[in-house]
Amino acid sequence: MLKIKDLHATIEDKEILKGINLEINAGEVHAIMGPNGSGKSTLSSVIAGKEEFEMTQGEIVFEGEDLTELDPEERAHRGIFLSFQYPVEIPGVSVTNFMKASINAHRKSQGQDDMPANEMLKLIREKSELLEIDRKFLSRSLNQGFSGGEKKRNEIFQMAMLNPKLAILDETDSGLDIDALKVVAKGVNKLRSADNAVLLITHYQRLLDYIIPDVVHVMVDGQIVKSGGKELAHELEERGYDWLRPENAI
Amino acid sequence: MELKDKLISSFLAFEEACDVDSDIHNLRCEAIKEFETMGFPSKKQEAWKYTSLNSVLKYDYSVFPKKEDAIEYRDIKKYLIHDIDTYNLIFIDGIFSSHLSQTTHDKIDVCLMSSAMAKPKYKGIIDQYFNKIVSKENGFNSLNTAFAREGAFIHIPKNIAANKPVQIINFATGNESALMIQPRNLIVVEENAQIQIIERHQSLTDHPVLTNSVTEIFAAKRATVDYYKIQNDRPSASLIDNTFIDQKDDSNCSMHTFSFGGKLTRNNLNFYQRGEHIDSTLKGITIIEDKQHVDHNTLVHHIFPNCESHQDYKGIFAEKSTGVFNGKIVVEKEAQKINAFQSNNNILLDDSATINSKPQLEIFADDVKCSHGCTIGQLDEDSLFYLRSRGIPLKEAKALLMYAFANNVLESVKIPEIKKRITHQIALKLGVSLGFDL
Ligand SMILES: Nc1ncnc2c1ncn2[C@@H]1O[C@H](COP(=O)(O)OP(=O)(O)OP(=O)(O)O)[C@@H](O)[C@H]1O
Ligand SMILES: [Mg+2]
Repeated sequence: MLKIKDLHATIEDKEILKGINLEINAGEVHAIMGPNGSGKSTLSSVIAGKEEFEMTQGEIVFEGEDLTELDPEERAHRGIFLSFQYPVEIPGVSVTNFMKASINAHRKSQGQDDMPANEMLKLIREKSELLEIDRKFLSRSLNQGFSGGEKKRNEIFQMAMLNPKLAILDETDSGLDIDALKVVAKGVNKLRSADNAVLLITHYQRLLDYIIPDVVHVMVDGQIVKSGGKELAHELEERGYDWLRPENAI
Repeated sequence: MELKDKLISSFLAFEEACDVDSDIHNLRCEAIKEFETMGFPSKKQEAWKYTSLNSVLKYDYSVFPKKEDAIEYRDIKKYLIHDIDTYNLIFIDGIFSSHLSQTTHDKIDVCLMSSAMAKPKYKGIIDQYFNKIVSKENGFNSLNTAFAREGAFIHIPKNIAANKPVQIINFATGNESALMIQPRNLIVVEENAQIQIIERHQSLTDHPVLTNSVTEIFAAKRATVDYYKIQNDRPSASLIDNTFIDQKDDSNCSMHTFSFGGKLTRNNLNFYQRGEHIDSTLKGITIIEDKQHVDHNTLVHHIFPNCESHQDYKGIFAEKSTGVFNGKIVVEKEAQKINAFQSNNNILLDDSATINSKPQLEIFADDVKCSHGCTIGQLDEDSLFYLRSRGIPLKEAKALLMYAFANNVLESVKIPEIKKRITHQIALKLGVSLGFDL
């Protein structure tokens, strides 16, 4: 589904990603762990098409199509979804209206008309119940004044609404209490199917107890230095990252 | 002939059709002299530094249009808020159109200035209120007073809430190659009375139009006035709007100004708080492009203690458009415990657009809460990326952010149909469908 080859990316002439190779197949869950500042969020932004980062080398192919020239919205239309580590606050636009704008933009890109109002309402109700989101919440301005956990839950609500092919969750578990974590995991697991894939970025193996990954990667200084099964997450939890830093590698 | 000279010589012809023995005519005669001395404002004056009138004053405007009644309701319906019941005062080229209007004398008076001036019944009100709060700071006001004859006259007696809003709409037909109109409105809202008013100036062709409008509003004790100005005229039409609001104890007045069109628009909006526990609200949304110019020049004069004022102006400026915000707050020495809030936020969509924003605070009292803030910025890149990552295309994402930016100004709009119209207008202005009903 997603093939990343020798990806290098810079911001303001500083190289952040230094040759990433990553292949995710439909039906799989991958996790990326790694120290602060190693480039995990950068990788997710680059996949989602953030223009501030410059891809200097390599390629990103999604379902056989080179993404390099595609705008963020075009990538979204193809089924890529990014749950932000720091969701942006947009005062003046309600969660509901934002979701309508988003869903209808997706439909338009597929040549479909706007979703009928009753269908939209039904979908919103179903997904907000799945994520145990209070209805009052939906009429509030997007992310404005939301607690850290509420923002994250709202991201997963959006994911559930859009039903993407590839969901990249950038530290969606950070700041969640244990109940919220279970709710979010339920939302993610509901999305999982033979046709979808999930890329989890996390610092805690705790999340991986609920969403079980097929592959765990370790990212250090802009490179994936090690990949393994889910037991790798446990090892990282115990040993930290130092043993994986290039200068310590044997 | 220069416009100034033309107007002064037109005054003689104008007088022939007036009741020259009336008190009002004395005021007119004084006013034309004032105009003769002052003339039009120039950029040399501080208050007009960023607004040049050259491009507006260069036309050979006709001052007395021929009477023309060919306008039908269907031609103008779209300019009215027509989905609710309202009183309508419709003027065509400055002349009252009785067949398009709906006036009343039932409990309240919603009628014409010309008839109020002529009828003995209204002499008391006219004597007491007419031209009492109009500033002589610029020649436009005196010029309007000199030619004051037609406009809206609204009187809401004590303890009465008007049963429906009033729309005051001035149309310019374009029958003249260039037309100058000078509406003069007087609105008197007595103790504990209420009124909602919608005002609009609309040109129907691309001939140049210059409107110099003066409105005096008196809100007595506990009166409520909600006033909405919709400025979405053609690129050939300019407006100098001079509005003066006098408030007494416990009154509540709000002015919302929506500026989406026109060539040059200058809003001189003046609030005088003459009493305690007064609330004044001044809000505006400006969205313009393509060499349009909108200038908001506000004054809030706090004269008595325990009052509040709230100003919130939002501006979005595209290609080559220019905006000015000049917000003056004066708090007199006796006016303690004042809460005066002012904010002016602007988005420039283009390097060629400009905004000059200047707060002017003159505070002589010591126990005052006064906050003001002005921002000028672009759309936030991170917000744009967030919206786009949800599939919302760049153009729509920008529009959504602009809508969100301006949106809170609409919260205080009390007529839902206006809110609907304005949000729709904003979406049109932004040129996109946002995927949800605004
Ligand atoms: N806009 C930017 N301008 C300059 N440097 C940036 C920018 N964005 C990211 N960086 C730098 O790129 C590096 C990688 O950042 P990134 O956010 O991708 O790390 P991360 O692995 O997600 O870290 P964390 O675990 O703390 O979220 C950091 O050194 C960061 O300072
Ligand atoms: Mg990160």
